[in-house]
Amino acid sequence: MINAVGRNIPDELLVHGKEVYQGKNYMDGKQVRKASPVTVRHEKPQESKLCETIREACEKCGAHDGMTFSFHTEFRDGDYVAAMVCKVLVEEMGLKDLHVAATSLGTAQDIFADYMEQGIIVEAQTSGVRGRIGETISNGKLQNPVIIRSHGGRPRAVEAGEVHIDIAFLAAATSDCCGNAKGQGGKNNCGSMGFANHDAKYADHTVIITDTLVPFPNLPSSISCIDVDAVVVVDEIGDPKKIATKEARLTQDPRELMMAKNVANVIAATPYFKDGFSFQTGVGGPSLAVNRFLEEHMEKAGIKMSFALGGTSSAICALQDKGYVDYILDTQDFDEGAAKHLFSNPHHIEIDLSEYANAGNKGAYVNKLDYVVLSALEIDTKFNVNVITGSDGILRGAPGGHPDTAAGSKCCIIVTPLIRGRMATVCKDVVTVTTPGDCVDVLVTDYGIAVNPLRQDIIDCLDSAGIKHVSIESLQEKAYDLVGEPEALQFEDNVVAIVEARDGTILDVVRQIKPYSFD
Amino acid sequence: MIIEKNAIAGTLESSDAQVTVEPADHLEINIQSSVINQYGKQIRDTVRQTLDRLEVSDGIITVVDKGALDCTIKARVECAVFRAGNASGQGSPGEEQ
Repeated sequence: MINAVGRNIPDELLVHGKEVYQGKNYMDGKQVRKASPVTVRHEKPQESKLCETIREACEKCGAHDGMTFSFHTEFRDGDYVAAMVCKVLVEEMGLKDLHVAATSLGTAQDIFADYMEQGIIVEAQTSGVRGRIGETISNGKLQNPVIIRSHGGRPRAVEAGEVHIDIAFLAAATSDCCGNAKGQGGKNNCGSMGFANHDAKYADHTVIITDTLVPFPNLPSSISCIDVDAVVVVDEIGDPKKIATKEARLTQDPRELMMAKNVANVIAATPYFKDGFSFQTGVGGPSLAVNRFLEEHMEKAGIKMSFALGGTSSAICALQDKGYVDYILDTQDFDEGAAKHLFSNPHHIEIDLSEYANAGNKGAYVNKLDYVVLSALEIDTKFNVNVITGSDGILRGAPGGHPDTAAGSKCCIIVTPLIRGRMATVCKDVVTVTTPGDCVDVLVTDYGIAVNPLRQDIIDCLDSAGIKHVSIESLQEKAYDLVGEPEALQFEDNVVAIVEARDGTILDVVRQIKPYSFD
Repeated sequence: MIIEKNAIAGTLESSDAQVTVEPADHLEINIQSSVINQYGKQIRDTVRQTLDRLEVSDGIITVVDKGALDCTIKARVECAVFRAGNASGQGSPGEEQ
């Protein structure tokens, strides 16, 4: 069935009430009964929940064939715990038919690719897919299609009972012997535990894995001991230096700076730019640099931000310390500076992914967001964005909060160069739709700005501010003039990934890529 | 032009292409590219047209492309062919004096 972004969704996926994407806000107002986990009564006095080994904790929690286990990826590429646990489940305990519920999958979980190829991991749902796992899945080697969910889509699916987590294995920088745990104060700190604490509340069992055991009670904590079954101490839970994939300093690239400046100019030209506005940006070169130019506009206008949302970098922390930002609502820290800054300012606060972006609760913070600045691998002339598949059709990205913030915000700005090498970023049709065009308002490139025709109000604002803009079609034509019109990718029929919209409908599918042939 | 000896032009940097040519009694074109799925045929056509223009009928031509634009691919093929035909730096066709 063809959905609202023109993608053909195979009928066999439309079972158990699954629908195709119908446009934004389709599920608004619908009632949902939340799923609840099974807990265990502990009435007797209890000394400690410490287990000697991960295996002992797994056995205590009833690890079994066919179970779903989860973990968080606050350590990003520096995470040791997911691979460590999976090795125990597979190699020590010999479990099979495993289902993975991850916040992301990347190079730190490369070993999962082996277990997928061996048919031991049979199902996965995640926000991001990168590295070897992406290639393995794209080549059709995972038994069932991977389900790609946004950061808001994941807690929605968990709360709706579409994902039931048997055991959550959660890395924590510090924990006491009963499982009061957080992302700070230990040998290896990740800062916010926003990706983890929702799982602790919805999993049947929760195991805390730490490398720094501290005296009871470890308070205030991100995860409460009442949700924890077992605590395991290991040598190292991760390498915080690998959290920052890019140098978190301001770019010196004049092209990126120009784009960042134009983004800030667009923001300052719209009516939401007033005292108490709210803002979110990523950490890519031009996105991060927007903070600097925004500061100039805020100083000139004499206004402050009420809150900055989502993934947090040192740049936004510095803005808070200068008094330009009242609250930072932090789901994830992108560098060690930001991880350290969390809680040091009482208005720098941790929130979980449901509070951040879940479209299935009574109102997540994204619904109060004025501006979000996001990047894209590709954006097409319908303003649909792709952040999951590369130009070769291989899974190598992550929607993260992209679809959630785009939908929730009043003004969603995509900033991206027109071309990357020979890849046309602005194209006729994206390989995979991860954020639907009806949620995207403005595109800023190094060759010009385009506004979604659905947003005549923003077009009028830019016109009265004297900010030049062009049609997105003219940007796409410019890109093809430079690099040539790309051939359409060749796919097999079988689906390797289902891209779920944030409301749970099906936005797109990714099919297995065919080996390239010149004939 | 006749490919008299092995020659190479270009680099493996992003947005460049490295072209190697070797003497042979037939024409063979091998292409590897980081953008092969979207631009494989265009790269092949560009290489063929450039070889035709230089009247190269025999040789093994290997292109390792890192997302170069057509103009870059043309320039790298020309340069490798001129070097292989001892024409480089001698006022070869297309080279500015």
